[in-house]
Amino acid sequence: MTNNVQLLMGNEAIGQGLIEAGCQVAAAYPGTPSTEILQAMIDRQDQAVEPLHIEWSLNEKIAFEVALAASYTGKRSVAVMKQVGLNVAADPFMRTAYIGTKGGMLTIVADDPGPHSSQNEQDTRLFCLQGRVPVLDPASPAEAKEMIEPAFELSEKYQMNIVVRPTTRICHSRQNVASGSPQPLERRAVFEKNPTRWAATPAFLPAMHRSLNRNLEQIAREPAWQPRLTSGDGSASRTALVASGIVYSYLADLLDELDLTGVFDLFQVLMPYPLSPDFSALMHARYDRVLILEETYPVIELQLAHPGACGKQSGDIPREGELTPDLVYQALARFIDLDDPPEVPAERRGQRPSLCPGCPHRAAFYSIKTCFPRGIFPSDIGCYTLGMNLGAVDTVHCMGACISQGAGFYQAYRQDGEDFPTIVVTIGDSTFFHAGIPALINAVIQQARIIVVILDNATTAMTGGQPVPHMGIAAGGKPTRAVAIEPLVTACGVDFLATCDPYDQPRFERLLRDADTHIRSADGGVAVLIARHGCVMDPVVRKGQSRVKIAILETCTGCGRCTGHFECPALSLRRETKKAIVDVDRCIGCGCCIPVCPVAAIVAQEVS
Amino acid sequence: MKQQIIVSGIGGQGVLFLTRVIAQVAVNRGIPVLTSETHGMAQRGGTVLSTIKVGDFAGPLIRSGQADLGLLLWEANLPVHDTLLRTDGTWVINSAASGKGRRMDAAQVARNLGNTVLLNLVLLGLAVREGVIFCSAEDCEQAIHMLAPEKFIEQNLAAFRAGLKA
Ligand code: SF4
Ligand code: SF4
Ligand code: SF4
Repeated sequence: MTNNVQLLMGNEAIGQGLIEAGCQVAAAYPGTPSTEILQAMIDRQDQAVEPLHIEWSLNEKIAFEVALAASYTGKRSVAVMKQVGLNVAADPFMRTAYIGTKGGMLTIVADDPGPHSSQNEQDTRLFCLQGRVPVLDPASPAEAKEMIEPAFELSEKYQMNIVVRPTTRICHSRQNVASGSPQPLERRAVFEKNPTRWAATPAFLPAMHRSLNRNLEQIAREPAWQPRLTSGDGSASRTALVASGIVYSYLADLLDELDLTGVFDLFQVLMPYPLSPDFSALMHARYDRVLILEETYPVIELQLAHPGACGKQSGDIPREGELTPDLVYQALARFIDLDDPPEVPAERRGQRPSLCPGCPHRAAFYSIKTCFPRGIFPSDIGCYTLGMNLGAVDTVHCMGACISQGAGFYQAYRQDGEDFPTIVVTIGDSTFFHAGIPALINAVIQQARIIVVILDNATTAMTGGQPVPHMGIAAGGKPTRAVAIEPLVTACGVDFLATCDPYDQPRFERLLRDADTHIRSADGGVAVLIARHGCVMDPVVRKGQSRVKIAILETCTGCGRCTGHFECPALSLRRETKKAIVDVDRCIGCGCCIPVCPVAAIVAQEVS
Repeated sequence: MKQQIIVSGIGGQGVLFLTRVIAQVAVNRGIPVLTSETHGMAQRGGTVLSTIKVGDFAGPLIRSGQADLGLLLWEANLPVHDTLLRTDGTWVINSAASGKGRRMDAAQVARNLGNTVLLNLVLLGLAVREGVIFCSAEDCEQAIHMLAPEKFIEQNLAAFRAGLKA
């Protein structure tokens, strides 16, 4: 084993751990904060001593099922996703608890307390309680890595899927982490047929459920996964501190800062579910008061059911949001009666995010809003959620929901009479492949008259540019068969299909109006417009497009259309002169703002 | 040795790279280090914050009023992140205007060097010159060598030195 210490992000540490543990099949769908785990495996695949298949699957359900079957052959596998991705994978995930696995299988689910970049802050540990799946809760990037090999061993010992749950502050923290080298496991794929297990019908399931429950009882008593006790000095003998995940680290820092290390009995819970019954018994017998710190839901607290618990369920600790070191301080101060508990300063909001200067989505949204000022605009998950800033995004729900929501809006309005508002749905290319296709077919067969704009920027931009199926590139840049969007849309039964670069504003707006005519015509239905222009964060795209030097003429009236309605971050209104100015550092010279100005005060000086 | 540092800016300004350079210095010196970073939606031009904890710490986040040093790439973030700094902590700020903290028009220096994103390293140079950060000039140059893409190493070093000598 080499002992090479590197600065690794939590996600990189986990990726490194997976390679060292001999994981041979890894599948994921990108999603903040989990994305870099698979990317780290791609970057390190040369370290693997045995064959390694890595894929960006179309969605989390697919990723899970690919990893699952690989485990059936005896090999080690992993599925990686963010917390809401587990909702998509819930169906196979729940059944796997009963059926089990063979080769070690881990599901790494990254939670996002806050949330910082998610549509909710659900707690995967609670999901695991409901699914009866053991879940591990690391407290640092280094610990997350250390957990991987023993987690595989646990999975193999009980033939069960095991969840490792890092949170944003682990995924996106860096730390000095020691790397080792992978040990060969020398496993060949052997699928032993056993239909009563792998294809179990209801008749077999009660027995499987019984053995699942037996396994859980044993796992809860596994010595390696018992809560870790740092004993106090006895001065506060009937009081204990319990924490899990990153919050344990905050607590450790705080005790150190307050010179209280080694005063209280302090427990770190490594496996919040199934919670050790011995630990529960001890807590009830030995302590009158217990402070419980965990993110995001009171999973340990609920299982412990301690009458002297101080936590989220008892109402002593905020039940929503990230449990920051400030809040941990406040909770501890109240719990142990420190004088003068510090006030947590109110959080102040900084600069709001917006689509990049020159982003093709901005041009598309501006045209949509211009053509249909009274339209209804369901949208979806991705950079383009920020179309909200332009008033061109009315709803955002979950991956792929926009098309079905658009259809639902239509059905509800249509019942009230012939006239219905123009409903323009916007969905990214990656989201379309993830969950948009069944929804599109459904909209077609239910005869919804809606316009679906597929924002095709040739990448999964929000999460840093993972490949999309129509580009013919797989994980790590490997060439593969491309699956084009147009024939898919046609095959879904869509009769109106057009493709346009949204930078070409006049043409794009003409097509939007044509689409509106189509949906309102006698035999109209769903109209699909593909707005195609690469993400300008991609240097290749930037290099490939012409660049104009923008100037604002004296005739600018300061109306704010280019800065407010169009909202390019490279444009701002100077307070003193009440005129627009261009930030030359941020402007990429796309020229999309030129047609926006009502008095033609935005001009191109030169083209290169 | 313990030092708690925050780096504040907006997405696209190179906050993450600066965070990595500083953390790499700690790794190279064999000091434990923890950082936290902002990824996801906020990276699209929104306010981003990194924390760097050098020395014996367990968790990456910094409590209010505990940061020793703040590197501020985007001046408008000052009221947002000011509460993180200790009362005797130091701000090093990219700004053309006068005001609190050690200031320098790092963006202009970077622009003169050919690219505004270099302001992150200009600011690091200033922090080293002012003696308010745990790393030396050699430490930083070594880390930049390790982390910058080959063809940008010279430009990055030039930016760092411009801040150092300003
Ligand atoms: S990363 Fe690409 S798609 Fe996302 S906002 Fe920026 S330019 Fe638009
Ligand atoms: S040309 Fe106009 S729209 Fe394009 S980046 Fe520059 S200011 Fe923004
Ligand atoms: S440049 Fe045109 S759109 Fe922008 S503020 Fe001036 S007049 Fe209004």
